[in-house]
Amino acid sequence: MPEQLLWAAEAMMNGLMAGVLYALVALGFVLIFKASGVFNYAQGVMALFAALTLVGIMDGQVPFAHLINAVFGTEIHHFGWHVPAILAIFLTGVVMVGLAIFIERFVLRHLVNQPDIILFMATIGLAYFMEGVGDLMWGSEIKTLDVGLPQGISETIDEATYNWFGYGFFIDRLDIVATIIAALLVASLTIFSQYSKQGRALRAVADDHQAALSVGISLRFIWVLVWSIAGFVALVAGMMWGAKSGVQFSLSLIALKALPVLMLGGFTSIPGAIVGGLIIGVGEKLFEFSIGPLVGGATENWFAYVLALVFLVFRPQGLFGEKIIERV
Amino acid sequence: MSAQAEEYVTEDGRKIGGVMMEMKNITLRFGGVVAIKDISFDIREGEIRAIIGPNGAGKSSMLNVISGFYNPQEGDVIFRGKKRPQMRPYKVAQQGIARTFQNIALFEGMSVLDNVMTGRLTHMKTGMFGQAMWWGKAQDEEVYNREKVEEIIDFLEIQAIRKTPVGRLPYGLKKRVELARALAAEPKLLLLDEPMAGMNVEEKEDMSRFILDVNDEFGTTIALIEHDMGVVMDLSDRVVVMDYGKKIGDGTPDEVRSNQEVIDAYLGVAHD
Repeated sequence: MPEQLLWAAEAMMNGLMAGVLYALVALGFVLIFKASGVFNYAQGVMALFAALTLVGIMDGQVPFAHLINAVFGTEIHHFGWHVPAILAIFLTGVVMVGLAIFIERFVLRHLVNQPDIILFMATIGLAYFMEGVGDLMWGSEIKTLDVGLPQGISETIDEATYNWFGYGFFIDRLDIVATIIAALLVASLTIFSQYSKQGRALRAVADDHQAALSVGISLRFIWVLVWSIAGFVALVAGMMWGAKSGVQFSLSLIALKALPVLMLGGFTSIPGAIVGGLIIGVGEKLFEFSIGPLVGGATENWFAYVLALVFLVFRPQGLFGEKIIERV
Repeated sequence: MSAQAEEYVTEDGRKIGGVMMEMKNITLRFGGVVAIKDISFDIREGEIRAIIGPNGAGKSSMLNVISGFYNPQEGDVIFRGKKRPQMRPYKVAQQGIARTFQNIALFEGMSVLDNVMTGRLTHMKTGMFGQAMWWGKAQDEEVYNREKVEEIIDFLEIQAIRKTPVGRLPYGLKKRVELARALAAEPKLLLLDEPMAGMNVEEKEDMSRFILDVNDEFGTTIALIEHDMGVVMDLSDRVVVMDYGKKIGDGTPDEVRSNQEVIDAYLGVAHD
């Protein structure tokens, strides 16, 4: 029995780590939703796009190589250099800011004052557009992403737990790094939005557009800022997931995993995204561990959605979301 | 009255300067509806200027033109001697024109203090990087602006609710917080859209006192819209009267009060 307990504990630890990665994706959604009331369907594709760009830059790939070769009959694929990870991450960040400016200029600006559903539809279009552009720019083959993050089993934890309990926990070092990075990211975002001038402006815009205009806040600037931050969060998420499971199209589907997280935590709460991610992560691992064998396994595929569904019935605003009360 | 270009001193000793803002032949249309028809008037430095008129006269539209929320199809807005090009509201705010709204537009989820702090945004110059890093100057700036905000909070007597989320405040106090936020910008021109709408007598008296004090102590030029005739006549130096998008009177409260067209507009006139 104590062995069972240890396994459960290990499953829980792994669940927490996985939950952090879910939370990272959910965070990007929350940021944009809070500031503009738009559910950004493209968030997952943004993570994929960021990861693709990062790999592409690091490997010195020529962007749009296939297109260029097809049009000009040339045979170029690589610049023949390798960019160090740090620099590549920075450059990808710049690309994501550029993307935010592009999105504001060509999509959002023309949809001001439209109903939310229209903006939501626009982000669906954006998702497919970016998917295509990502493929066109960097090619569609599966790539491995190696930015020098530690990977594989953490021997220290394995040994320590073996000495304590007589059973070594298997914990991926990448997960530990991801947890630390996610914690730093959330802390800095919170401080930024609470104490800086732009953060205050951001919260102001989230609250009331008209009032924000009247105190001299440029909505366009704020939108670019929000999408840039969301792009940056997508980059971090894409980096972590890319390092874990390779950079490929299915990366964009992690966005679907973020949905139950959001329903649990609430669409408007940053702490909600974190807690929701952790609950889903731990919940699905423990469920798989305890109930999985009884029903033939693979519960991780659906557990999160069922949990979210239950939440929708009993607490539609999520754990931390704002309850919407309409005055009549 | 507007022909008088020289500075003068009012009976209660306030100095009224030259023309700060001039509206020249403003026409504003929404499709086929003409909200403002060829209206001209000016606002002078240091005065309290009221715009009055029956419902639907176009007063709020006029205020929205001044604050850049609407752009008129015809006419010029001349601010401090310079013709203003079509401008977005946030740019107008950055030029030193602050406003309040008829139906209160506050950041409900934020505390009173944070709301008033947003009023200081136009005065904060540190760039994003400095802010993000909390680098030297950003910190000094925050402290300086915080002091300014505390002054205004003191002035409007809302110290007790500084940390309360605005959403929880009663209507009268919300109006006061909105005034505080506008004042925090240290505006050259303060626009008040029905600052006393929906208030009881006591609240109205408080608000009138604050408006007079603001004008007196900070020398802020104020343009306000108000329904309550009594209040307007007591507060303002000069009054513009609008009806159906047209200007039907302009002058001191006494002049306006005795203007036959104004009396007709307000009391109705018998058609025989």
